[in-house]
Amino acid sequence: MKKFDKERVLLAVAGPVIALVAAVALTSIVLLASGKNPFEPYSLMLEQATYSDIQVLIINQASMYYIAALAVAIGFRMNLFNIGVDGQYRLAAMMTAVVGAHLALPSFLQIPALMLVAMLTGAMWAGIAGVLKVTRGVSEVVATIMLNAIATSVIGYLTLSDKFGVQLGNNMTTGVMKKSGWFPGINLGSDVGEIYGLVFLAILMGVLYWLVLNRTRFGFDLRATGASETAAAASGVDAKKMVLTAMLISGAVAGLSGLPLLLGDAHTYSLTFPTGLGFTAITIALLGRNSPVGIAFAALLIAFLDKASPALDYATPVAYEKEIATIMQGLIVFAVVISYEAVRVWGLRRQQKQVGEELAAAAANNNSPKEVAAR
Amino acid sequence: MGITKRFPGVVANHDIHLTVRKGTVHALVGENGAGKSTLMKILYGMQKPDEGTIAVDGEQIGFSSPADAIVRGIGMVHQHFMLADNLTVLENVVLGSEKLYGIGGGARKKIKEISDRYGLNVRPDVLVESLGVAERQRIEILKVLYRGARILILDEPTAVLVPQEVDALFDNLRELKSEGLAVIFISHKLGEVLSVADEITVIRRGTTVGTAVPAETTPRQLAEMMVGSELPTPETAESTVTDKPVIQVAGLTVFASGAPSLGELAEPTGAGLLSEDTAETAAAVRRILDDVTFTIHAGEVMGIAGVEGNGQTELIDALIGLKHADSGAITFLGDEITGWATRKRREKGIGYIPEDRHRHGLLLESPLWENRILGHVTEAPNAKGFWLDIKGAQEDTRRIVKEYDVRTPGIDVTAASLSGGNQQKLIVGREMSHKPRFLIAAHPTRGVDVGAQAAIWDQIREARREGLAVLLISADLDELIGLSDTLRVIYNGRLVADADPATVTPEELGSAMTGAASGHLEHVAESAAPEDEAR
Repeated sequence: MKKFDKERVLLAVAGPVIALVAAVALTSIVLLASGKNPFEPYSLMLEQATYSDIQVLIINQASMYYIAALAVAIGFRMNLFNIGVDGQYRLAAMMTAVVGAHLALPSFLQIPALMLVAMLTGAMWAGIAGVLKVTRGVSEVVATIMLNAIATSVIGYLTLSDKFGVQLGNNMTTGVMKKSGWFPGINLGSDVGEIYGLVFLAILMGVLYWLVLNRTRFGFDLRATGASETAAAASGVDAKKMVLTAMLISGAVAGLSGLPLLLGDAHTYSLTFPTGLGFTAITIALLGRNSPVGIAFAALLIAFLDKASPALDYATPVAYEKEIATIMQGLIVFAVVISYEAVRVWGLRRQQKQVGEELAAAAANNNSPKEVAAR
Repeated sequence: MGITKRFPGVVANHDIHLTVRKGTVHALVGENGAGKSTLMKILYGMQKPDEGTIAVDGEQIGFSSPADAIVRGIGMVHQHFMLADNLTVLENVVLGSEKLYGIGGGARKKIKEISDRYGLNVRPDVLVESLGVAERQRIEILKVLYRGARILILDEPTAVLVPQEVDALFDNLRELKSEGLAVIFISHKLGEVLSVADEITVIRRGTTVGTAVPAETTPRQLAEMMVGSELPTPETAESTVTDKPVIQVAGLTVFASGAPSLGELAEPTGAGLLSEDTAETAAAVRRILDDVTFTIHAGEVMGIAGVEGNGQTELIDALIGLKHADSGAITFLGDEITGWATRKRREKGIGYIPEDRHRHGLLLESPLWENRILGHVTEAPNAKGFWLDIKGAQEDTRRIVKEYDVRTPGIDVTAASLSGGNQQKLIVGREMSHKPRFLIAAHPTRGVDVGAQAAIWDQIREARREGLAVLLISADLDELIGLSDTLRVIYNGRLVADADPATVTPEELGSAMTGAASGHLEHVAESAAPEDEAR
């Protein structure tokens, strides 16, 4: 038994490690091709990671990536591709900011209320895609991509100054949220910065994700549907209900992913609110193999690339383009998809062979007919 | 030729010999899983043989892709059509072979020529989406001929057709062979095979077991060759049938157009084979299950014999709740369950050994103990309320592995790493562990070695003694006769005959399976009583 456990750990680690090594190697080739030093940028970026202000930025960014990637992963676990996390997250952040600017409750009610608004908005937006898939058979991939574009327009409309928009300098915002909805952070001093309090929400969600998926009946049904839709249906899973539920949960989680920034720092939704979080989250969920721990590492890695790369522009004596980090992210996606599939197939074969050998050995001892592995 | 094909761990084809002559229709028959598809994939270049050779016109050849095969004049008409709905017939035909005759007038002329020569009656400029199934099939045939095929492989071409269309197809095939082409016709409908083929090769368990000349062969003999009778006999000792009905099915009817519950989800964009209007007309013609009525009592095993594809799958799906009845009622222990969801049926005591264990019975890449939970996630020992009881499930998996002799190094290996027989033992153990009142057992011993087969039979017999009602569907006639208390024969979605397993012979069952006999099968004089009695 122990042997198979070790085996599983090996397989789990092999995929990401191969992917990262391949991505780094390919990035070096790109650097070489453009006539640059193929190794220096890494050491420059690693040096950045030793500064505590950069570390704070990485952790804060990673917390948002983490929640968004969980939203993607929930879909992935049952073969649903929610590309709409970005739209769900932006719309939810905007709605939360609007409610936060107009609703004034004491803190212990205000913050839960805001979270609820974020979850409901995200769930509603993802739910549209879910309903379309269940009732009309519309692919959730197409529907969520469309909804991303629609979300952009809806946000543009709602932030007009005659709706909820408030002009602040040359930035269009939704007005500053009431103080009771600000979530306190951990202040590490003025030159280091503040860690968002909702980083802990991200950790809590990771635990919840693991618990629900691996320890509940619902989670089993969800994973079974992802592993084999036909077997799950035969086991009694109502596929339509499952699709809708998974979309709603994924959307609700996506809705929460903007809150660390919104409640911890920005306190308003504006034109400068980050976009594209949901797309990066797809990379992270892939890299993290949908596992809560894997996603945490992946979120930290991507946040590190994000936050350490700007320094490349100012490096002396030779400056590098910070887009190197973007190239690397892209290469990671490729490498991840390829190496994971290769490792999966290889692992399955290997196990079949091992089981076959072990049984053959046992059979030889017992002198009973040899069993072979079949797929 | 002596082709051998091995997959990791299993030998799918073993020492296959097949010779197809010019100007003939050569039928290849065998049960599902006998290795027909693998053989065809090898002939068509999709897979490579591990041993053996293929020769066309006396010249030994090796294919590495379907493109090579088509160059050699071998073309395949798949069971599932590969046509683009929103293109015209002409466009579909030239797609991928634009170089042959261009895409305009030249191609149209060639299509007309082929169509006229073989009587295919294809109109080049209509949209494929407006066509019915039979016409689509003729386009597929034309596509292959257009690419210069001299040897056509047709994979179960009649599966999707109604009888008149089948006759028309056979006329086309006769045209083809009179022009000197060779046709390989894969089927397990014996009547059709005998009517169209010039030669027949039978495959069983991955190897060729014999050839037959249709004129000198009866469906019975063919069925015997297909099924074989080399296995230990599964005899049931004394009858344990009670008069307490467990499951009653009345007038159960399922239409062909009734989309499977998951089909829509699995392929959201797929419009399916039929466009809407053809689907409606086809539904009027094709009832996959037609007015099926039976009762199984506690302690009774009812066997259903039939050539595969005559409605067995739909019957199972309707009983477990994967497909909903278009009319009729199912009553289980006094409760009408026609509208129940699958999970409720399973919780209330319907056990299910599926036909296709990889698709419906297992999560191949999950560990054995998770597979033990599958299908019974709400029940003890797998769950405590809302939470999974992982310890309990693992404990019970170990028990099943031990009691049912599942050969595995442990319960953490994936289901995919077990052999088919051991996978089956795990499924049987899982279903039996929940003390079902009614068990749907579809091919419970398919792909299982002889020892395990006997163990599974023992399990079914023992449960039967304790009052289990069993619906047994099997391609193995000896298994059916040996295990069942009553026997029914399904043909074209109808229960057309019944028989007493104590006296009936496989030959007599075989003739009813091909539709040749109906009613109550008496041992001496077959086909005497009226059909009503059978239903």
